[in-house]
This record gives sequence, structure tokens and C-alpha cells, in this order.
Amino acid sequence: MKKVKADPKGVLTGAHYLDGDYAIAEGGLAAGCRFFGGYPITPSTETAEHFAGRIPKVGGIFIQMEDELASMASLIGAVWGGQKAMTVTSGPGFSLMMENIGLACMMEIPLVIANVQRGGPSTGLPTLTGQQDMMQAKWGSHGDYEIIALCPDSPQECFDLTIDAFNLSETYRVPVFVMTDECVGHMHEKVIIPPAEEIDVVERKWYTGPVGEYLPYKNDKDGIPFLARVGEGHRFHTTGLTHDERGYPVINAECQKVNVTHIIEKIRGNADKIIRIEENDTEGAEIVVISYGITSRVAVRAVQQAKKAGIKIGTLRLITAWPFPEKRIKQLAKKVKAFVFPEINYGQMVREVERASGNSCKVVSVPHCGGWVHDPQDILDAIKEAVK
Amino acid sequence: MKKVEKREPKNPMENILRMDRIPHIWCAGCGIGTVVTSFAEAIKKNKEDLDKLAVVSGIGCTGRVAGYVKLDSFHTTHGRAIPFATGLKLAKPDTKVVVFSGDGDLSGIGGNHLIHAARRNMDLLVICVNNFNYAMTGGQVASTTPLTANASTAPYGNYEYAFSLPYLAEAAGATYVARWTALHLRRVTKSIQEALNRKGFSFIEVITPCVTLYARRNRLGDGLNLLKYYYEQAEIIHGADTRTVDIDYQGKLIVGKFVEKDKPDYLTAMNNHFTNVLGDDYQLYGRINHEKD
Repeated sequence: MKKVKADPKGVLTGAHYLDGDYAIAEGGLAAGCRFFGGYPITPSTETAEHFAGRIPKVGGIFIQMEDELASMASLIGAVWGGQKAMTVTSGPGFSLMMENIGLACMMEIPLVIANVQRGGPSTGLPTLTGQQDMMQAKWGSHGDYEIIALCPDSPQECFDLTIDAFNLSETYRVPVFVMTDECVGHMHEKVIIPPAEEIDVVERKWYTGPVGEYLPYKNDKDGIPFLARVGEGHRFHTTGLTHDERGYPVINAECQKVNVTHIIEKIRGNADKIIRIEENDTEGAEIVVISYGITSRVAVRAVQQAKKAGIKIGTLRLITAWPFPEKRIKQLAKKVKAFVFPEINYGQMVREVERASGNSCKVVSVPHCGGWVHDPQDILDAIKEAVK
Repeated sequence: MKKVEKREPKNPMENILRMDRIPHIWCAGCGIGTVVTSFAEAIKKNKEDLDKLAVVSGIGCTGRVAGYVKLDSFHTTHGRAIPFATGLKLAKPDTKVVVFSGDGDLSGIGGNHLIHAARRNMDLLVICVNNFNYAMTGGQVASTTPLTANASTAPYGNYEYAFSLPYLAEAAGATYVARWTALHLRRVTKSIQEALNRKGFSFIEVITPCVTLYARRNRLGDGLNLLKYYYEQAEIIHGADTRTVDIDYQGKLIVGKFVEKDKPDYLTAMNNHFTNVLGDDYQLYGRINHEKD
């Protein structure tokens, strides 16, 4: 993994008052993204609009494709063309992207997809918030694969985590999702964009061997294959079919095992390096509130009130939703009385907590169907119930 | 970087085929291989730089072309070859990008992308091998199946109107449109050469027998018979009004170069527009490519 400093052309250094959607676009530009293929969908459009305005002055391409199937396909093409590429969407568009997200996983393509989540299913609540695509991010395309998903809880984190998303995608040759939501996407806050020389950018792991000998799926020492771009004389082949090191299709169970194991284990095997969580007061806590995105900010009030009421309470915020921090949850499960998990869905990530904690402690889901954030009182009630 | 020593080619097409993937999967009597031969011939005649030429395919019988050509070649998802190629072209404008796929892939599941790439005059060459059915999956009815023809999902004959692909491509904005049958080897070669020498969205339809499915279901004889039949039914009318080139079941086939017009391609239009409206603020994109022109 080679780190370089960000290209100053894409970095809008300074203190800004931005919403989360704009901050995602700025994060992408700072990370070196020079290709954006998108399709308008509420509540994510501001990212595309902002990118479209900025890119001609930075040097790169913004193209509004005819649909989300096309935007995902164009991203994969753009990466083989040598660019860093991203798109933004919301629920219905995310669904349409799924097949080509599978192609990106199979072809091992670094790219970033931001999902500004809204209430679903179907057209649902286009302008109102939700956190209902968390499982879809992990399982939405057919077959077995692994991805990385990050959950910003503020416009500042939208900026920071979009850069991290690009860096992770280049490190592991994998699609990375920035799973934000309508509230964070439309919330205006102060966003500090540091000078370019303070932003670390992971450079693509370019193949530098002899021309004509490039094998797109031959693993390097770290288990991640090199990337080449079109037009450099390698004349390589790649496919969505199960393939060997050359990228040639091999249709049998043996090759399938090698292929699928690789795209899964390169993430699971590095989960400890990828996972990021934020813990407060979990030491000695009897209740730990787990949350992510906007819900972690709503939960703060409930946690303060619980503390006032004398409950020993801590918080754990998922910055990385996928891979899921199951080791840490397992450890904590043995020490706490209960986990309380509010999320703006009918109970999605809470299943991972249940799975990881076994029967070591209670796991209390605080679901919300979407359209607005939790009333802190509901979270407080769940905490009080859990502590009994 | 050291250049690997190249072997003397044995087969005349060896330098553009992945010989380590031959034999191919196409049926004896299928016309796809013939179209690939024309493509190889066009590349040779044009003296194309093989390092700067990429092929993108979708899914289906013709979708396998990307797997057999020794170029940068991409076998993508069903219907999405054109948007994939769009991303590839825009990211690396000095590469010529050819989309090689079938009628079902390009005009059925991928129809939306076909019209939009044509509308944008994206600098792509789309070679569409039309065998009137979904062959890879067993001969199902397609958006191109002529009225009354039998297909496995139209067992009593097709009653849906078919696309006339040259008309569709022209109406959507394609700036080069031609149609041939697979037996018009030299004509196909020439059209591919012309398309590779120009900028903008080029669409070449090649009518091809599907010997195993379409021909057998419709009792049209073997591949060679049908290939000859199509050839004999073909009437060359260059510049024909594409509104008049519909294909009837086993009827006359109007072929030829229907459309060739100059119009700035997507990137040229983008660069011109941004230069006009933004002046010095604009970071000219794909400069290397445009200096060459």
C-alpha cells in the first residue's frame, strides 16, 4: 500500500458550512476521484450536483447516466480506464446497482458508492430518513462476497470517511459503501477540509511488471492482485465469470472455491485492520447502546438521561458496519447486562449483535420504520427496560 | 519495463486471438466467428495499434467475443457493455473502444444504453450480431425476432413487432449506421474499418444464422444454407432511409451503409462547451487524444 499526498487541485482547503451530501463530493475529489457516473435520486442529488459543478475546474469527468445500472457499469469501466470513480444514490437506485456491484466484487474493482438512505421499501419516503439498506449493502447482490461499509454521523465524517472509503477500496480492491442517511446528508455543519499535504491518499496498486505478462488476478504477497489500465499493452482479459489468475473463465467447482474464498477472505482476513468503532464508557458498563449514523447522535440524549438516572451506561458507535466488529461485541457481551440498539429500520444490524453475543447478554432492538429519527425517550425507555 | 519477446505468429489471426482459449464455444455454422474474422481483418488493414484497442462484450453467444480477442477485453454483465464501455472510453480517451455483442444484449436488456450512447454520440463502435433470438439460453424470442418466426418462448410463432435496429440507432443519434449479413465479409470489414477511422457513435448490425436454435426451430436448413439465404435476400442500398429497412420473416434484407454524418462526439462537445463557458477555469480533459487529431 503506497500512500501519497492528495492532489491539491481537488482539495478545497478551509472551513466550510456544508451538508453531508456536498461533503461526500468534496471527500471524493480530495481522495483523487476524477470520474463520477450518476443518476439523480432524492436525497442524494446534491452530491452529484456539487461534483458536476466542481469537476470541470479540477480535471475529470462527470456524466449523468441513463439509469443506475448504467452508472455502476460506467464506474467499473472507468476504473479499468485508470480513474478513481464514485457514484451516489439512495434506496431504489441502490437496488438497481446491485448486479454490477456483484461484477465489481468479482472483477475486484476499487470504487466508492455513497448511499444517502431514505425510508423504504419501494419508493417509500423519498425525502425522509432511513437506515434500511444496511443488510442490502452486505447481501444485496447475488452470490457470496464481502464489501466494506462505513457510516458517517456528520458532514465532517462524510468528508473524512469518503476519503477513507477510497483508501480502503484501493487497498483491498473492493467496492466500499458510504452508508449515510437523509438526515446526515441534508444536515449543514462546519466541515474542515485540511490542506492537501495533510491528506493521505492510497495510490492504486499499479502493475509495474513486464508488458504483456500482466495477470489481473495473481495475488501479490499481501493477497491483493495488482491493477493495470487499458491501453498499456497488456492486452488482458477480465470477466464476471468465475476465473483463474489470467482472468480467463473456468467453469468448475474447484476454481469457484479459489475465486470466492479469495474475494471473501481478503476482507475477513483483514477485518481487524479495517474495522473502526468509537467507544465511550464501555468499561464497567452494564448497558451499552450501539448505534451508527444519525441515530448515534440521537442516542446521546437518552444516554445522558440514563446516566443521570444512575445507570452505568456506555456507547459503541459503528463507524464500520461491514465488516462487522463481532470480536469486540463478543468480548463486551460477556461483561454487560444488555446491548440496546436503536436503528432506523425494523431491526437489521441488531441481528449481527445477537449473532456475535450468543446468549451472553440481552440484546434489545429499538426499531424505527423510518421517516424521522427516534424520540430519545423511546431509547431511554428501552435502556430502563433492559437494565431491569 | 522490459518488452517480452514476441513469437512469430503462425495463424494469420494469431496475433489478435487468444489462441490459448481456442477452440471457441460457437456452433459449427454460426456466423459470429465470421464477424470476428472481419473484425480482425479490419484491424489488420487499418494497422490499428493493438495496444490501444479494447473490446467490451455483454452476455450471450456474441458476448463471448471479448474472451477470444487478444486485446484489452472485458466480459461484463448482461446488457451493460455500452455503459461499461462509456466509462472506459471517458477514463482513457486515447483508447478505441469497440462493443461487440448480440441483439438481445444490446437492444433487449441493454436497449436503454444503446439509445443513450447514440444520443450522446459517444465515441464507440458497436458491432451488433443479430441472430433474431436469445441463443445462449436456448432460442427464446427477442426484441429482434421477426413476426411469425418460432422461438422457444413463442412456440406458436412470434406476434410481437420487432425492432429495426438501424432505424432505432439513427433515430437515437448514431452518426454511422450500417447493416450487412455475415457472408458480406469484405463489406463488414470495410464498415468496421470506416467506423474505426471516425469519431462518434457507430452502429454496425450483422445478420447471422443461429444454426442450432433459430434455424432448427424454424426448419431453415443448416447454417451454411441460411447464411447463403440471407446473403441472397440482401439488397444493397447505401443511404437507404432507415424507416424502410424493417426485416420480415425470411424476407428481403436491405443492407448497406445507411448513415454517415459528421457531428462532434461526446468528449469533443464537452471540451468545446466547457472551453467556451469556463475559459481558463476549465481543465481541458483528454488533451493528449485531441492533440493527436
